[in-house]
Amino acid sequence: MKNIVVVVCLLLAAATVNAQDKFFTRSGKVTFFSKSDMENIEAVNTKGTSVLDTKTGQLEFAVLLKAFEFEKELMMEHFNENYVESDKYPKSTFKGTVDDISAVNFQKDGVYPIKLKGQFTLHGVTKEVLTDGTIEVKGGKPTGKASFTILLADYNIVVPNVVKDNISKSVKIDIIAAYEKMSL
Amino acid sequence: MNKQLIYILLFLIASFNSAHAQEKDLLDQLGKDEPTKEYVKNAFKSTRVISSQSLEFLGAGVLDFRILHRFGRVNTGSYQAFGLDEARIRIGFDYGITKRLMIGIGRSSYKKEVDVFAKYRLIWQSTGEKAIPFSVVLVTGMTDNMMKFDDPERTNYYSSRLAFFNQVIIGRKFSDAFSLQVSPTMVHNNLVQTADDNHDIYSVGVGARVKLTKRFALTADYFYQLPNQLNDNIQMPLSLGVDIETGGHVFQLHFTNALGMNERVLTTETDGKWEKGDIHFGFNISRVFTIVKKHKAPKEGGW
Repeated sequence: MKNIVVVVCLLLAAATVNAQDKFFTRSGKVTFFSKSDMENIEAVNTKGTSVLDTKTGQLEFAVLLKAFEFEKELMMEHFNENYVESDKYPKSTFKGTVDDISAVNFQKDGVYPIKLKGQFTLHGVTKEVLTDGTIEVKGGKPTGKASFTILLADYNIVVPNVVKDNISKSVKIDIIAAYEKMSL
Repeated sequence: MNKQLIYILLFLIASFNSAHAQEKDLLDQLGKDEPTKEYVKNAFKSTRVISSQSLEFLGAGVLDFRILHRFGRVNTGSYQAFGLDEARIRIGFDYGITKRLMIGIGRSSYKKEVDVFAKYRLIWQSTGEKAIPFSVVLVTGMTDNMMKFDDPERTNYYSSRLAFFNQVIIGRKFSDAFSLQVSPTMVHNNLVQTADDNHDIYSVGVGARVKLTKRFALTADYFYQLPNQLNDNIQMPLSLGVDIETGGHVFQLHFTNALGMNERVLTTETDGKWEKGDIHFGFNISRVFTIVKKHKAPKEGGW
């Protein structure tokens, strides 16, 4: 009888440990830049959600495209209406893994270089993305940073001829996420 | 204690654990996204359906320079280049003060009339939490006829030049492709031609948009005048057109029996008959400029 109680306790403990390996954020910051001779377009979204599993290295990130803020109202309208079609495809996501997550010591402060690999989805198109980034651990809390560049054409985002000088063919995306411990 | 019960309990806990280890979607663990209220935007491409005000507004700090043309009647034939030899114009500026409030001023060549208006969004169609299925917009304005008085001998008051209009626009973006609005409108003329004429004219506008592609839409704009208010020659204005968007410009091309480019002329002085070919080709060009920028975008790499 006592043994059984011990086993139950252990199993319950295992469940909690499982949750403690995970970190999350609801305020991940995603910035993107389109540079061209005519016009620089920059937008920022500070409401990205992300979960990082420090055991497996799994990482997921999602942003609502309508939450991107632009310098000009018209840029925001065109972004949502004409390019990413946010009514049809409201979210952009990244689902992947941090390679060699075991090299990151989440107990010890420091900046750890990482390699990120995964599936990036935008405008209904999913593509493999491979990039370098860092995880900075400070006081037991990790902050992830990464950036990568995508080609608009890869995601079926068509820029009409009349504005092709205003919008760059490739867009640089910067991501920064300050994680908190997840408690279930 | 019942041993069987304990085994079941053990099994449940174990299966819970293994399920936990296998789950694929990490983000699901954060729970469902909080339902957020989201305002419905872009019911129409422009702040005008064709000649009448639409549900849409300019962004805060955005200036819209609008040039409107209505050519002559198509049925004047080839000698008049089917109306293209003559044109009435309105040049105007609109400005968005907040997301819910905009103002505008314009001058029409017809009757040398200046019009001003203010437009306020009382209710904004939204989705998500506490969703509202429609928008309600209030428009109020004034027109000022700058023509010389016909009869200089008479005592002419400046107030005789003025007319006022009030409008309530109730509309809904039913889908990305279809938007519809209804707009009860009242026009008050301070001075009318004869004592028998009504000072107050009531009408109900209907405006619709069918969006065919991202940058191309069909539009229609109509006013029904309540009966027994106007002279028999006055017609219901009907305009059919297209919206074409190219970057910062919106081109609205249309055919209409109405020359009015402000609410007063549009709803009370349209005299062309569609069935007789009294149709005018016309266009609106809208070019927006961002005067007050929303926020300073971060510098590149500026984490």
